[in-house]
Amino acid sequence: MESILEVSKVSKHFGGFTALSGVDLRVAQGERLGLIGPNGSGKTTLINCISGSLLNDEGEISFKGKAISKLPAHRRTCLGIARSFQIPRPFTSMSMIENLMVPLSYVCGITGDQAEQKAMEILSGMGLAAKARTATNQLSQVELRKMELARAMAAQPALLISDEAMAGLSGSEIDEVLEILLDMNSKGITIIMIEHIMQAVMAFSQRVVCLDAGQIICEGTPEHVVADPYVQRAYLGD
Amino acid sequence: MRFWSICAGFIVLAFGLVQSPVNDYFFFAGFVILQAIVLATAWNILGGYAGYVNFGVPAFVGTGAYAALLVHLSISGPLIVQILFAALVSGALGFLVGLISVRLRGIFFSIATVALVFIMETLVINWRYLGGATGLQLTRPTEAWPFDGYVRMLFWVMVVMAVIALAIARYIQDSHFGRGLRALRDSEDAAECAGVPTLRLKLMACTVSGALLGAAGAPMPMYMSYIEPYSSFNLVYAVSALAMPIIGGMSHWIGPLVGAILLATIQQIVTVTISSELNVLVVGVLLVVFVIAAPDGIVGLYRKWKASSK
Repeated sequence: MESILEVSKVSKHFGGFTALSGVDLRVAQGERLGLIGPNGSGKTTLINCISGSLLNDEGEISFKGKAISKLPAHRRTCLGIARSFQIPRPFTSMSMIENLMVPLSYVCGITGDQAEQKAMEILSGMGLAAKARTATNQLSQVELRKMELARAMAAQPALLISDEAMAGLSGSEIDEVLEILLDMNSKGITIIMIEHIMQAVMAFSQRVVCLDAGQIICEGTPEHVVADPYVQRAYLGD
Repeated sequence: MRFWSICAGFIVLAFGLVQSPVNDYFFFAGFVILQAIVLATAWNILGGYAGYVNFGVPAFVGTGAYAALLVHLSISGPLIVQILFAALVSGALGFLVGLISVRLRGIFFSIATVALVFIMETLVINWRYLGGATGLQLTRPTEAWPFDGYVRMLFWVMVVMAVIALAIARYIQDSHFGRGLRALRDSEDAAECAGVPTLRLKLMACTVSGALLGAAGAPMPMYMSYIEPYSSFNLVYAVSALAMPIIGGMSHWIGPLVGAILLATIQQIVTVTISSELNVLVVGVLLVVFVIAAPDGIVGLYRKWKASSK
């Protein structure tokens, strides 16, 4: 299958600390990829480098065949890479629907009634229509998580990176978010999901990549990765 | 449409007022209040909309004043040329400040802007042509047709500038640009990932804000008929320009207007009736009261009242 994202030999250092060293990753068009690894293993750094929130020190990242590692984040968003944040970062001075209007107007150039209609469409799809006019400080944790995904969707991405969208949610809430992600994927969006909740990773991913100390230590089917002794050691220790 | 009619109305009304036999002192005091409106409105474009707190207002006001002086001394350019040149120079200064925001955010950005005041002040102190540390005595042109006196003309010019500043702030607030600024104020990373070119927007906001601040400072040499660095780069400008939007409300263009009228008027009254030293105290006390009791300013109080009376 054709790959939509290619990460080759990407490294990132913070002072003397190496957060990523020589990471190689290819993601196929339409794939559902799970990214796992213990805390501090570099998952978020990797997706920060992919989304452009951080610039990688070494290596090359290309998206749809175009080198993007020097581009600022907003350009990458316009090319089709959207992400959600681990800790929701809503635009607090705006209502939920206004949050979606930002990417709609900046990425897609849709404004006014048309944008409102499109935003409502996305929110309805996630069961958030009733809260569209609610100020973001009135939203519950699960609603904020969903809004993060909705805002990412409003940018009409080809690749969505979901950074622990389910952390801290209850069982039924996890299923809700999982359903949203699967629905997006069925519409042709490639998804990278970072997650600690193994039940979700197993149910969602076609392929799982495990990071530890800034390097990929294992990749393959979910069952294969979970059974891998290196992965077990990374999580549980010797 | 209504907004523009009101604007035109104000400009015409002010023109009528300067032609009337009202005491000159009224215009002298009114100028200060109008200048406060421009400063507060200009500050709010960056501070309120984009959330980048600029403590360097005196750098812009002083630069504007000295840029105007430069035009006056070198080519004896008329006031309009002085103002435009001042806006150009301080707009460029604003652009440079915007570049600082690439590296510094939050309080660190603010501290860097304070440093700018001292840099610009030192530059002027060592520039003999512009009067250096001792300053320069200036004579206002006697001719100010169709106005009956130069101070009256300055008053009217300031009315026009205030209207322009408010129109720009209002336009930005409801625009595509304004939406992007709000997004980056709330979360710069999230805005960037939502496709907002944050750096470009910050540079634009800094340039517009800086140009307006400088333009507001441009008439100062002629207004005072004197210029010297210490009062031109006075940090009181920084405190006022920040206090007025906070007191009025930073989320709406009308906030800085309300705050500036309230604060500058009280200051003028206190200066005349009690003491010119005490007027700075008024700013401090009101600022503390509002930050504690009404952090969203008068606009916030009004919104709360409206919501509760529904």
